[in-house]
Amino acid sequence: MYAQMIKSTGQGVKSLDEMDPDERAFQERINAGGKIEPKDWMPDGYRKNLIRQIGQHAHSEIVGQLPEGNWITRAPTLERKAILLAKVQDEAGHGLYLYCAAETLGVTRDDLTRDLLSGKMKYSSIFNYPTLTWADMGAVGWLVDGAAIMNQVPLQRTSYGPYARAMVRICKEESFHQRQGFDIMMKMANGTEAQRKMAQDALNRFWYPSLMMFGPSDKESVHSAQSMAWKIKMNTNDELRQKFVDQTVPQAEYLGLTVPDEHLKWNEETGHYDFSEPDWEEFFDVLKGNGPCNTERLEARNKAWDEGRWVREGLLANAQKKQAAKLAAE
Amino acid sequence: MSSPESSPYKDSQASEHTETRATEWPLWEIFIRGQHGLSHRHVGSLHAPDAEMAIKNARDVYTRRNEGVSIWAVEAHHIAASSPEEKGSLYEPSNDKVYRHPTFFDIPDEVGAM
Repeated sequence: MYAQMIKSTGQGVKSLDEMDPDERAFQERINAGGKIEPKDWMPDGYRKNLIRQIGQHAHSEIVGQLPEGNWITRAPTLERKAILLAKVQDEAGHGLYLYCAAETLGVTRDDLTRDLLSGKMKYSSIFNYPTLTWADMGAVGWLVDGAAIMNQVPLQRTSYGPYARAMVRICKEESFHQRQGFDIMMKMANGTEAQRKMAQDALNRFWYPSLMMFGPSDKESVHSAQSMAWKIKMNTNDELRQKFVDQTVPQAEYLGLTVPDEHLKWNEETGHYDFSEPDWEEFFDVLKGNGPCNTERLEARNKAWDEGRWVREGLLANAQKKQAAKLAAE
Repeated sequence: MSSPESSPYKDSQASEHTETRATEWPLWEIFIRGQHGLSHRHVGSLHAPDAEMAIKNARDVYTRRNEGVSIWAVEAHHIAASSPEEKGSLYEPSNDKVYRHPTFFDIPDEVGAM
């Protein structure tokens, strides 16, 4: 998802009887549906895990601006351009909501930024794919934001209060993103033959990377089991991926486009679609830094940070000067 | 969204505070008053060099869809907060004072609405 392959303590989930009193009270509160707030006691592992997960999620929102930012100056109409600008601005906002949720756990914004820029912390694999045509703006909104919503809606109920509240705001805005994407796809799919081909090509390229967003199967993973016990992960990766496929296939049919999977088939017995797994080797390779755009994305973020330095320092110096003048006048 | 006081937490995946750091812009807590006469409500936090920029940034981050008609920005370290340990001593005394709620009193039906 926007946070992929988050490792937790690596030990199995403890039973209530194995826990010390603080830990047990903490787990019981979560089991009862209670929220954990920044100043409450929490296990170290919970805090660490959340910093990684929320941080990675925030980085994904920020880096996620780049593939779409690529098309702002080339949007086909002024209206499309205004909409895309608003969407990309939302992504910046989502990053900020999430960074401030992460900061309540005691990490600073600059630490998180630095770890993104150095490559120590990751962002979602999906943003390492290029956006080659205008139809990709449709596919990104429809599929990528659609996949993100699958994960984010349940996270509104996550146990950590600041994270849950950030998710509520994000989900409200995210459905605008998915609809604007689908709107572009409808226009392209019903346009000229060249436009229809472009839409099909965008679906072909983004289908499997979108399925990868959920991460590899984690039904056996101890990390996932711990995250689920802490309610910072609400569903398994497979559950969410299935839900996404079930929801998206009829939408592709509506568009008259073909999902690039010859094994895709409705299964009467299970009540779900059967589908092919994405190429997990490709996924791990992209995570390692070898995707088509990893270098470009990190370079762009580093450039923005380095070249924005004089603005950050200038504004701070100005604020300090004004403060000193105000004190002198008093 | 943010806690007014967050304790530096060293052992996270994000790096430790080792090298001399460029000063981070201060953290501001943002409160927004919506359209319908409700009071200002905490919506989250952001970093800004001063109050003026905090309000400008809050406009962009928290009111992109008409969420509010008034913004308060308070530097986070100015907020005093009760601590979770005080929960019992602060709030439990009101538990046994059920007579503070109107439903404590039985008013006969014939009296009508009250």
